[in-house]
Amino acid sequence: MSEMRLPSALHAAPGSGAELLSELGLVLYCGAGIIFIVVVALALHATFAKPSPAGTRAWIVGGGIVFPLLTLFLLLNYTLAVGSAVAALESGTALQLLLDCFGIDAQKRIPPPSPGTMRVHVIGKQWWWEVRYEIVRGDTSTAVLANELHLPVGEPVELLLTTTDVIHSFWVPSLAGKVDMIPGRTNRLILRANTPGLYRGQCAEYCGGQHALMALYVKSQPRREFETWLQRQARSVTRPDDAFLLAGYEAFFKGTCPDCHTVRGTPATGKSGPDLTHVGSRYSLAAGTLRNHVGTMAGWIAGAQDIKPGNAMPDSEIYTGRELRALAAWLGSLE
Amino acid sequence: MSLRALIAAATLVLTARQSSSDVPHRITGDVQRGQQTIVRLECGVCHVIPGIPGARGRVGPSLAAYRRNVYIAGRYPNLPEVLVRFVRDAPSLAPDTAMPSIAMSEREARDIAAYLYSLE
Ligand code: HEC
Ligand code: HEC
Ligand SMILES: [Cu+2]
Repeated sequence: MSEMRLPSALHAAPGSGAELLSELGLVLYCGAGIIFIVVVALALHATFAKPSPAGTRAWIVGGGIVFPLLTLFLLLNYTLAVGSAVAALESGTALQLLLDCFGIDAQKRIPPPSPGTMRVHVIGKQWWWEVRYEIVRGDTSTAVLANELHLPVGEPVELLLTTTDVIHSFWVPSLAGKVDMIPGRTNRLILRANTPGLYRGQCAEYCGGQHALMALYVKSQPRREFETWLQRQARSVTRPDDAFLLAGYEAFFKGTCPDCHTVRGTPATGKSGPDLTHVGSRYSLAAGTLRNHVGTMAGWIAGAQDIKPGNAMPDSEIYTGRELRALAAWLGSLE
Repeated sequence: MSLRALIAAATLVLTARQSSSDVPHRITGDVQRGQQTIVRLECGVCHVIPGIPGARGRVGPSLAAYRRNVYIAGRYPNLPEVLVRFVRDAPSLAPDTAMPSIAMSEREARDIAAYLYSLE
């Protein structure tokens, strides 16, 4: 894959829920900073100034009761407003009033899902993410991939988050707050980004030994580009013609790979590992652990346990050098 | 100074340098850039490489003390030009090798070779 330019995780994408959250954070930090300075100034004043009983009661009532009540009331409501703005709630008059009070306009709100909202299933696994796009226009097949999500710019996309093993947490700091993935439950999150970009996400709930190596990429791209990408992800692959790639294809079936991996269009229908039908098009291998090129591909196949100790994929040690290279080249060609 | 004395002096200087710095391993490449390129291309998935964080792969041989290796992959003389070619396109030298040809520029391969030759 070509060079990746990732913005800092502290950068909130325009139009995303993270943008509202980051404004909220700014207000809270600045407010707390100002209050801290005032409190320290008052403490110093009380310590060093000559005692003067005048106005003591006003200070106590004003600073001890009125000020905190007012501030906390405002902050509470502001926090509630931001919370509901990012929670994709249905509009109501009371909610609208609350949002208007804090200047959160309709455009900034994350809208509730409508019948036309695209849905994507994201399933947490130790230690990777399965991603399933529900419907591809003009095609009945689903597009299944791993460790990568694509969104059309400016459109809200509904994620249905769940897990097949332990609790994970889906977190793309530049786009939204964390949402837990809990066994037996489906949590929802609406993502939106108003500018094209590539963002990194990370599992945010400790889920075992390789939790730290459970990342994913989210790409927002123009609608056209997105559709081309999705159509391609839904396509099956065919046996390669090139002799070297064919050797790689055969090596795949010589090994145990098809027991765990699906490559649509081939006899490989394993379910416990990531769908590899378009693995060559991904930004990363093994959930953000490695870049994706023929070297890392071959290294992962032969040494998955060194790279991510304890993960479900065994090292493959049955291949000749040429077979390993051919296998890596074939998988890399699945774009 | 006579011509003879000059030649003698030059020979002396050259041989002196030769013995102190392993002439066959001299290469025009940037050691630091080489290190960065090795990190970026993640050669460490297959090799143990001193000075590269996380490089603990066992698919290929350790590249520790590479400067002192006499043969590349046990078969080819460890000369700069041969190493550059091996790093960039191992299968063109050794068709049965497990080391893939990873896309990189000639300069990147030279930098990598320079880094490997810095490993004493
Ligand atoms: C026992 C099941 C199992 C077998 C057998 C297996 N894999 Fe995997 N494979 C996995 C799992 C699980 C992952 C995800 C690991 C992770 O990221 O934590 C994976 C990940 C991968 C990935 C990275 C996919 C991505 O998008 O990040 C590739 C490529 C891959 N396997 C190829 C192979 C090949 C080739 C073989 C046969 C030589 C093979 N696997 C055999 C279970 C298996
Ligand atoms: C897929 C695993 C893999 C990757 C990735 C890989 N190598 Fe190798 N490398 C090998 C193997 C296997 C050998 C042994 C080759 C042989 O004997 O034919 C080797 C041999 C070498 C040698 C010769 C070692 C010796 O003993 O003389 C060097 C130098 C080398 N690799 C450098 C690199 C560099 C630099 C990179 C990154 C650009 C890299 N390798 C990436 C697998 C890999
Ligand atoms: Cu985790």
